[in-house]
Amino acid sequence: MAKTVKLLSENFGKIRPDSLEDYLNAGGFEALKKAFTMKPLDIIEEVKKSKLMGRGGAGYPTGSKWEQLYRIEKFPKYIVCNADEGEPGTFKDKLILNYDPMKLIEGMIIAGYVFNSNHGYIYIRGEYPDSQNIMQTAADVLEKTGYLGENILGSDFSFHLHVRTGAGAYVCGENSTLLNSLEGKAGRPRKKPPHLAEVGLFELPTLVNNVESLANIPYIVLNGGDKYASFGTEASGGTKLVCLSGNVVNRGVYEVRFGTTLREIIYELGGGVPNGRKLKLVQIGGSSGPCFDETLLDTPLCYDATWKNGITVGSGALLVVDDSNCVVDFVKCITEFFVHESCGKCTLCREGNKQLLKIINKFTEGTASEKDFDAIRRISDAMTNGAFCGLGETASRALTTCLEYFKDEFEEHINGKCRAGVCSFEKGGE
Amino acid sequence: MMEKIRAQEVYGIINKHNKSKEQILSILLEIQEASGRNYVPEECAQIVAQELGLSLSKVYDVLTFYAMFSLKPRGKYILEICKSAPCHVNGSKNVRDMFEKELGISIGETTEDNMFTLQYSSCFGACDIAPAVKIGGKVYGNLNEQKVKEIVDLYRKEGQ
Ligand SMILES: Cc1cc2nc3c(=O)[nH]c(=O)nc-3n(C[C@H](O)[C@H](O)[C@H](O)COP(=O)(O)O)c2cc1C
Ligand code: SF4
Ligand code: FES
Repeated sequence: MAKTVKLLSENFGKIRPDSLEDYLNAGGFEALKKAFTMKPLDIIEEVKKSKLMGRGGAGYPTGSKWEQLYRIEKFPKYIVCNADEGEPGTFKDKLILNYDPMKLIEGMIIAGYVFNSNHGYIYIRGEYPDSQNIMQTAADVLEKTGYLGENILGSDFSFHLHVRTGAGAYVCGENSTLLNSLEGKAGRPRKKPPHLAEVGLFELPTLVNNVESLANIPYIVLNGGDKYASFGTEASGGTKLVCLSGNVVNRGVYEVRFGTTLREIIYELGGGVPNGRKLKLVQIGGSSGPCFDETLLDTPLCYDATWKNGITVGSGALLVVDDSNCVVDFVKCITEFFVHESCGKCTLCREGNKQLLKIINKFTEGTASEKDFDAIRRISDAMTNGAFCGLGETASRALTTCLEYFKDEFEEHINGKCRAGVCSFEKGGE
Repeated sequence: MMEKIRAQEVYGIINKHNKSKEQILSILLEIQEASGRNYVPEECAQIVAQELGLSLSKVYDVLTFYAMFSLKPRGKYILEICKSAPCHVNGSKNVRDMFEKELGISIGETTEDNMFTLQYSSCFGACDIAPAVKIGGKVYGNLNEQKVKEIVDLYRKEGQ
């Protein structure tokens, strides 16, 4: 039986988010006190040992990222927390922001101490105004009590936290775009290299980490990297907040060990597919993630880059889709999302998504032909290889993976048949 | 008269954020909220440009880029129906139809009394209660015909 664990989510619902007393009673700031007795490089060593892989989507090892920034001898440095959480089907950072904001702040202060950085920014999407208020309130409480601001806990280390808002743009979750947005600009990505560790916020060395990544830092510092790693697999240490959504009985966020299989998550924790329906497809990692069918459900959750089947954990979103849905209609919804969210900076993504949507519409209207499969492949290859940022690179992934698993359903549409009865085959119809 | 009060309010918002260029998103979002009609009027954009030391085109670059801003007056309440995949597979299209019927407008339109604007949104993190709608900072989920009616009634009363 799959079990949830409470490493990161321990305080959820148990403490008041604006109460320092509650947070201290739950062991809060013990990690920070310990960190102050440690050398920065020793902290980085623990983070490396923890096998904490970035929880924002890319899964880059946090310890390596920290080490790279540490080696850059240019100051000041900035700590930026990515709380844009725009990947559809992802709603786990919101829980950390709302239920344990001080843990996230503690993680950011520790990062600040490691890099001798005195300013941290947390960029929270505009769609989460409540979370922004909760974070600001928590920061105000900590500023008044000496956990933020000048000379934290009587040390000679100072750290100021700035809570900032987005204004509705999925691409701003991409780290260089996020920094442009933080600087008050429109959200278009930057050319990389230079890496953000060298030329980041205000052109200074910058750490960008996801909310969940940073919120894991206090545990790692307090209990050691090995202990944290022991909850996961060889390749991915610790636990993951998984967001279960779609056609599943118990939708919600579950904290699980890495290594738990997708089947366990969907059926044992999620209670399976409701209404006597059958599971048709699963999409992992949000709208930019791959889709697959039930044959891959026994795959364990893990960030291993060499992971067979080409599935990535991504943000931890797990979308279950039942057989009342049409695969073509589903990828149409995803592609509409990317048409809307493309920032328009590069042609391949701006035009490529529009063209893909046009072709998908031919399938839903019953006017597609075999040739359209080639067109899809050409356009998606060009986008995957040539788009300027990760948005365009991954935008066609749902479409191409659905073609791998459900080509027969696309072919049926060429012949004017939609087995789910969703497509009406009228021009412009839905 | 209206314009004057508004201008003062705009200066107040800008000063609260220390005339900081970095905080242009907060500034514009607050102006939009204070407009009462959920948009950023041109004269306000001009004040923002002048006070932050930015060109007007830079301010419009920001205003036209982010989905949360509008250059045209909208309703007092914006009903944002999520159309991302998790809400889609939980029936967001039906929810759109229900709101359209209840309000007598199509998606993208504003009711004649300027009370409601109906529009789409990308995922706002309420996928566990999909299909969902967001109204200002509030989110309502697990929507059905009954709930849609209740929500519209609630805001109609509140907006009187
Ligand atoms: C289009 C796009 C959207 C992204 N959105 C998010 C997001 O909402 N939140 C996030 O943490 N990372 C997001 N990322 C990943 C970030 O670029 C970056 O990898 C991450 O913030 C690094 O933090 P981590 O190493 O702790 O995961 C996105 C990437 C792309 C390409
Ligand atoms: S890939 Fe898309 S989102 Fe990224 S820069 Fe190009 S147009 Fe913008
Ligand atoms: S998909 Fe609708 S709120 Fe996330």
